[in-house]
Amino acid sequence: MSAPQITLYRLQACPFCERVVRKLEEYELSYRSRFVEPMHSERNVVKRVSGKRSVPAIVDEATGVTMSESGNIVDYLDRTYGAQTDGGRVDDSDRDVTDGGAA
Amino acid sequence: MVDLDFDVVEFEPADHPAIGETAPDFTRPFVSAEYWEDTSLSSVTAEGPTLLVFYSMNGAFPATYVWNEIRDRGWADLLTVVGVTISTPYDHKTFLDDRELDVSLFSDPSNEVAETYGIAHDLDGMTGVSEPRLSFFLLDADRTVEHAWVAAEWPEFPDYDELEAAIESAV
Repeated sequence: MSAPQITLYRLQACPFCERVVRKLEEYELSYRSRFVEPMHSERNVVKRVSGKRSVPAIVDEATGVTMSESGNIVDYLDRTYGAQTDGGRVDDSDRDVTDGGAA
Repeated sequence: MVDLDFDVVEFEPADHPAIGETAPDFTRPFVSAEYWEDTSLSSVTAEGPTLLVFYSMNGAFPATYVWNEIRDRGWADLLTVVGVTISTPYDHKTFLDDRELDVSLFSDPSNEVAETYGIAHDLDGMTGVSEPRLSFFLLDADRTVEHAWVAAEWPEFPDYDELEAAIESAV
């Protein structure tokens, strides 16, 4: 049983995180979930990994990419794992942004 | 414990994994100081000798007694020490912080893991709430039980020196 290449740092019930999960599932990517606390100040592990305390954040060991913000992550997943056809950029962009965390 | 002039409540005999048997594997959110992640017991034991501790929910005094003792004896320096109880991951994080514990705890609100181990305890006066009996299983890398202690009374605490001797001979 090999460990998943993708680690998702997430917060329970965070819609931005669920958006990323939906995309991971769409591309049938295996991933591990690491849940962190609602309090920003309690998220040192995310800060250490990504440079910011915001979630979602992913670490993709297959590509060496670490990334925050759901819009960026979804774009990255589309680019990296989406069908390699053009038009693949049709995204249901809903003006994300920044952070999925409660303050 | 102090001598009491009455009988402590006895548990029904437990049907738990015995010495030489393989402890059942399970997967639950495994809570460390920084995050939690679904983790299997087998992936923990694969790293080496492991003390698996089932205990009363965080906040109950036995939880405090047991983990203070484990911390003060420095068992986590000798082998991997992990806990299991019904408390949520959020509660576990607070507990680890409050008790200054350098261990990780499995969160099993349904108490199904304790059921599987034959050590579930339905709490009188807390309808619908079941938690593990205090139990210690010393496991090798294949989850073979090398030593086991399961509370026979409510409450009962182990002879920690005896447990420590078993740990020292296993590591």
